Amino acid sequence: MTTTESAPAAAPRTFIGKASNYLEERSGISVAVKEFGRKVFPDHWSFMLGEVALYSFVVLVLSGTFLTLFFQPSMAEVEYHGSYAPLSGMHMSAAYASTLHISFEVRGGLLMRQVHHWAALMFVAAAGLHMLRIFFTGAFRKPRELNWVVGFTLFVLGMAAGFTGYSLPDDLLSGNGLRIIDGVLKAIPIVGTWLSFLMFGGEFPGSVIISRLYMAHIMLIPALIIAMIGLHLLMVVLHKHTQYPGPGRTNNNVVGYPLLPVYAGKAGGFFFIVFGVLVAIGSLVTINPIWAYGPYDPSPVSAGTQPDWYIGPVDGALRLVPPHIESVIFGWTFSWNILIPSLIFGIVLISVAIYPFVEAWVTGDRREHHVLDRPRNAPTRTAIGAALMTAYSVMWAAASGDLMATHFHVDVFLVTHVLQVLLFVGPVVAYFITKRICLGLQKKDREIVLHGIESGEIVRLASGEYVEVHKPIDEYERWRLVDFTSYAPIERTHPNADGKITFGSRMRAALSRWFYEDRISPVKPSELTSGHEQPESLPDN
Amino acid sequence: MKRTAKKTGRRSPLASVALLGIGLLFTGGAYVVVSQTANATSASASASASTASDLVDEGQKLFSANCATCHGTSLEGTGSGPSLVGVGAAAVSFQVGTGRMPMANQGAQAPAKAVQFTDEQISALAAYVAANGGGPEIPDESLLQGNGDAAHGAELFRTNCAMCHNVSGAGGALTEGKYAPALNTVTPQHIYEAMVTGPQNMPVFSDTNLTSTDKQDIITYLLYVRENASPGGIDLGNLGPVAEGLFLWIFGLGIIVAFTVWLASKSN
Repeated sequence: MTTTESAPAAAPRTFIGKASNYLEERSGISVAVKEFGRKVFPDHWSFMLGEVALYSFVVLVLSGTFLTLFFQPSMAEVEYHGSYAPLSGMHMSAAYASTLHISFEVRGGLLMRQVHHWAALMFVAAAGLHMLRIFFTGAFRKPRELNWVVGFTLFVLGMAAGFTGYSLPDDLLSGNGLRIIDGVLKAIPIVGTWLSFLMFGGEFPGSVIISRLYMAHIMLIPALIIAMIGLHLLMVVLHKHTQYPGPGRTNNNVVGYPLLPVYAGKAGGFFFIVFGVLVAIGSLVTINPIWAYGPYDPSPVSAGTQPDWYIGPVDGALRLVPPHIESVIFGWTFSWNILIPSLIFGIVLISVAIYPFVEAWVTGDRREHHVLDRPRNAPTRTAIGAALMTAYSVMWAAASGDLMATHFHVDVFLVTHVLQVLLFVGPVVAYFITKRICLGLQKKDREIVLHGIESGEIVRLASGEYVEVHKPIDEYERWRLVDFTSYAPIERTHPNADGKITFGSRMRAALSRWFYEDRISPVKPSELTSGHEQPESLPDN
Repeated sequence: MKRTAKKTGRRSPLASVALLGIGLLFTGGAYVVVSQTANATSASASASASTASDLVDEGQKLFSANCATCHGTSLEGTGSGPSLVGVGAAAVSFQVGTGRMPMANQGAQAPAKAVQFTDEQISALAAYVAANGGGPEIPDESLLQGNGDAAHGAELFRTNCAMCHNVSGAGGALTEGKYAPALNTVTPQHIYEAMVTGPQNMPVFSDTNLTSTDKQDIITYLLYVRENASPGGIDLGNLGPVAEGLFLWIFGLGIIVAFTVWLASKSN
């Protein structure tokens, strides 16, 4: 490495030197190595969650390639004569039979299947956790709004990849899942039945859906995911990485270590850790035991039929909606009990996707942000996030209402009714509690900056008074606590050129008040020097 | 007629009561033997018949003392319990043999609990109930060995049982607090009896619906699932994607996040 950099004139003598020189003379790669190798990344555990998703994807590609060698995406009927006795002689699709073959006869097949499925759950989970980190630290703000949308698309693509893959073995469980999708399609007013027939090539389940899903699962969706990952990472490089507030960290720098050699080593090692954990789980814990579910047959439905976790909220929303909401308009049936849950889930997804733009519009904040917010320093955003998470979690929990009923010995109807109420009350409660907690934490930060940390030392003054000694914090710690901006709401709505105040600007002002009204400003230098007095201007949350 | 609770270890205050009970049992047993030998001299051929009628008498006493409050003194049923005319010996063997009866309290459904009677007492109760209206009998041992066709049993199970009991027999929720219990610890005899008698909320699967061979096949499948551990490793209770998702979020992602914290920690 050093040979190419230190003495370009002298001919390299080591093998690595010669190889690098050979490459350099033919590709000019050193420009890229210089650019990327010196890319600085800040250190924080929460910055590695996206990496987990990326590595899970690599594991998915590797294990998935193995599976395609043996899987037959066909719904042709075959008779099973493999080694799993309780299915011997059963009629089933070639897809199901080949999945059994992979599980029981192909060497390492079951391990690969389980690693693939666990990695899929991990991919979406890590992506979700990564999104939460981005949201709560405000990393989606300018200039990263578009990358948020790309990341959101990746999350949705991950769900799509997961669902199409889950359906491929053509087992009873996934067949029931497909039946629900079929029902949702058919609920679309007017065109629903046609769409369903288009997708399944006739009446459900037909004989083409597996090969169609296979095409989507191994070609279309992975290609899109790879393209989106490329775009996502390219934008990370372009924008540079964000960092948490801290001494010496400003909007114009990145404090951390260079990619080469520190992060290349860390990230490379981390890949093998993620791979290792997934293989360990895949070798120890059963996932999707399709042999227990049996081949798909539209008549039986098993108790405890649920989708994989990332589809859970959709299933839960369908379980929460009251039954029999349906109307017939001009001869067309509108199944509101299916349309409303689908719409609610769609609204949750879309509001996640457009959130950065909404926040920028409401707050009027057009500046670039490279230093992250601590969640407490953006109380309204954090509270909105908590409310959305609560709504999502309630729908998610509803998907396992029957299991909660059997395992906690309660009535399944009670579980459903409690969750129905929670779906609407929970987010509101979560919003206010979170906001109050954030403001309380901010007040505490202020208190610490102004008065220091309680030392527990009690001193008796000459006058007889007892006081507790507060130890002032050091300037590094103080930086972390005061390095944020407290925004005021847009005070007045300004008339436009015609002298009118438009409805839009009025609404924006109202929203801005809602967003920024309750705020606690960071300690100013003047307050620090003025001594240990509580300033009069401190807003009472 | 409650059975004295089993005690191990130290002598309990009930020991003297137990001793008294054993003494009474011995005396009673000796009396039965003596009286039977006395009867045997008169009609040895009808010995079994007389034992059976003794069993019915014994059953009637047990029934009057333990069951009649809810099921009526002559099995006709009351407001708090259904009629038992025609439920058969199989129903008694299942309900009492799994501890569901006598019921601890009125609820959505009687849960399985510690068995309250000895096998002899259960047989006596079953004989009494069977003698008053007949009904499904206790299945023949040959049907309970798990030597039928597991594949056929699995197919029947998926079609007839899985919608409540889950495809792996892990159990499931029903309406209004009722539930289909997990089947992984139920004895083959009780599984068979449940199918022929339809206890609690379960439908009856008569021999015209599922033949005795079909039932034998279903038992064979359930025993296969019970005796063969999941080929994939830890089965997470056979609860499907919910258990898998929970495992992934708590353990999978938990381990990974622990690693990220370790990798990003400073070396001071």
